[in-house]
Amino acid sequence: MTPEFSRNHFELFGLPVAYAVDTTVLERAYRDLQGRVHPDRFASASEAERRVAMQWATRANEAYRTLRNPIDRARYLLALKGFDTGEESNTSMPPDFLMQQMEWRESVEDGRARHDPGALEGLRREIDESRTEMHAFLARALGGDRNYDAGCSLVRKLRFLDKIEAEIDDALEAIADGVPAPRRAASPKGND
Amino acid sequence: MSLLQISEPGESPEPHQRRLAVGIDLGTTHSLVAAVRSSSAECLPDAQGRVLLPSIVHYGAAGGVEVGYEASARAADDPANTIVSVKRFMGRGVADVAKYGALPYRFVDAPGMVAIETAAGLRSPVQVSAEILKTLRARAEQTLGGELHGAVVTVPAYFDDSQRQATKDAARLAGLNVLRLLNEPTAAAIAYGLDNASEGTFAVFDLGGGTFDLSILRLTRGVFEVLSTSGDSALGGDDFDQAIAVHWRVTHGLADASGRDTRRLLVAARQVKERLTSEESADAQVTLTWGQQLHLGLTRAEFEEITASLVQKTLGPTRKALRDAGLAVEQIDGVVLVGGATRMPHLQRAVAGFFRREPLVNLDPEQVVALGAAIQANALAGNRAPGDDWLLLDVIPLSLGLETMGGLVEKVIPRNSTIPVARAQEFTTFRDGQTAMAVHVVQGERELVSDCRSLARFELRGIPPMVAGAARIAVTFQVDADGLLSVSARENTTGVSASVVVKPSYGLTDDEVATMLRDGFDHAQSDRDARALAEQRVEAEGLLAALRTAIAQDADLLSPEDRAALEAGSASVEAAARGTDHRALKAAVEALNRLSEPFAGRRMDRSVSRALAGRRLDEVPTK
Repeated sequence: MTPEFSRNHFELFGLPVAYAVDTTVLERAYRDLQGRVHPDRFASASEAERRVAMQWATRANEAYRTLRNPIDRARYLLALKGFDTGEESNTSMPPDFLMQQMEWRESVEDGRARHDPGALEGLRREIDESRTEMHAFLARALGGDRNYDAGCSLVRKLRFLDKIEAEIDDALEAIADGVPAPRRAASPKGND
Repeated sequence: MSLLQISEPGESPEPHQRRLAVGIDLGTTHSLVAAVRSSSAECLPDAQGRVLLPSIVHYGAAGGVEVGYEASARAADDPANTIVSVKRFMGRGVADVAKYGALPYRFVDAPGMVAIETAAGLRSPVQVSAEILKTLRARAEQTLGGELHGAVVTVPAYFDDSQRQATKDAARLAGLNVLRLLNEPTAAAIAYGLDNASEGTFAVFDLGGGTFDLSILRLTRGVFEVLSTSGDSALGGDDFDQAIAVHWRVTHGLADASGRDTRRLLVAARQVKERLTSEESADAQVTLTWGQQLHLGLTRAEFEEITASLVQKTLGPTRKALRDAGLAVEQIDGVVLVGGATRMPHLQRAVAGFFRREPLVNLDPEQVVALGAAIQANALAGNRAPGDDWLLLDVIPLSLGLETMGGLVEKVIPRNSTIPVARAQEFTTFRDGQTAMAVHVVQGERELVSDCRSLARFELRGIPPMVAGAARIAVTFQVDADGLLSVSARENTTGVSASVVVKPSYGLTDDEVATMLRDGFDHAQSDRDARALAEQRVEAEGLLAALRTAIAQDADLLSPEDRAALEAGSASVEAAARGTDHRALKAAVEALNRLSEPFAGRRMDRSVSRALAGRRLDEVPTK
């Protein structure tokens, strides 16, 4: 592996190894890098160069995907610091968070059963608020506080929120697909 | 911006080195070929001045094949041997095509994909599509006056891996060098974006003859970034024709019309549908096979009524694409309409209503995909003009995963991942002493394997016997820039490792393509060898030239031994190119490619280093 290829995701884009990322700079660095390494740049080059280009573009996409998403970024940063977020193994949560979870889950089921997209959207806003708050905690834990254990716990909690949001999306999709909108395509004007 | 001034290997702006490259829109109802000529893209017409080629192939009993308008003329009289809308059958099994209702073909369940029994024998949809592509290739070579270097062939964004693989196989069978498979809405966005120098977030609503795609793209400083894509690969303008035909069958008591009558009704339905775009009512005369004359009419209001549910059906994927992109309707800066079916007024109203803005229609919705593909082909062939330096970042439309115990799907690469992408997932054994593992690759969003499309199955053998759960089997998925998947698996706890790379089950092997080429053409063996040799020589010349340039630029990255090895490898290629054995030449080219890969890697590394250094120097936060 060549030196640049083996850099970590942050270094690959010329960013400091830190949770706080300037997304404008990240996006620009990503497009810049893809502009150099993307297979489209080497479509008429030798087989060897095309293979290298595909490996590099794959690497750039993976790094960008990881850094763009705050949870993935936090998990990656924690791993660099030697901390495992333990999302598969560590399922212990504070009781009040678990209670909140159950309430949300019930609301999703309720909204789905009652075909109530409004309630589901409202629930999503509520969860989004929680998420914003947790992101702020995460930024503090991984920034000034350097409290990596707290960071791991927050990542686990945020994963839960993501799962609930996915359930809301599924419910909304089911409602949208299952119930045809009561609109006639032929407007009165069309009959003239 | 610094991005725009990079000169890359393989780019040759000198006009005398210009390579002929085309974009091909292989559509359900029509196909087109376009090329960039004197700096702007245009669709290439046939001898009669028509740019659209009906995607229809007729097989005659004497072995004759007609394509396009000639074939179209046969549809009413010989429907069983006149293949219409073959795109719907690409990469599809018998159960899939059954969903399209009564079709006048004799389908045969061939491994991987249906085949059609014709007067000329059994034909795979890949072969039928290849006939269309051959016709377009001939048109392009005649118009452009030379052999094509390559082609970009478009596919619906929502095509799965089997459908993409089938399309690529068809192009290879037609003798085309496929520079890239390009998603249709993305192609349209290129044509629009470069034409209008647009910036912002756009939705491309693409309703073709048989497929529907909705893609959300962000255009920023010459980068086309697809944020999400959704669609329905079995919904298109054809369904609107069907709806009219069904309506007539009900209203005129034609429940058991024959294959020929069905075809006649559909032809009339399409004409009426097209006229209803500008007229309030339209009618058609149809003569049925037993001589009965039918006068069939339809008002626009009736048409809109009977097709309202089809229009509704496009909005589900539209909402899904927006959700996947994490965007609200208000955040879309423009909506582009693509595909002939988007000419229907009630569809345009529905789209405008959903996005709360009038869609853009300033480029011909039937030509825009081919034009975008031509622009991409021109760039990939290395004909970019300096400053003409845009980049395309596309996604996969459907999640890719593996079957796990209990018939459940474990997703490995989620939908809307930017390609190329690779992801590895670890699995383990569930029985003590288990030495083999069955890997079943599927594509789709559902949790049950039975609800997803099966792409490939293979077995990893030679796992050292261990207790259950001890083995660590890494399964790696790699999706390339065409959106095509390859999968490999290896066991690496004990240092013993095995790996296998599969192609999806619908893909044809190189040998199968060779056999089909042999069957389909009357070329003598010597002709084929001569062609293979000529192709290999071009390949060899390109490689040698690229390597010479690379060595001249970055000689310091090579040790004297490396350099001597590359020079020896080049000499072998040169020697083989002077000979007449195309297999020996191919082997020499492959060997030199392998030999030069570390050098290519170091050169890329240097290019990235320079970019990083440049950014550190001139990076000024721009907010």
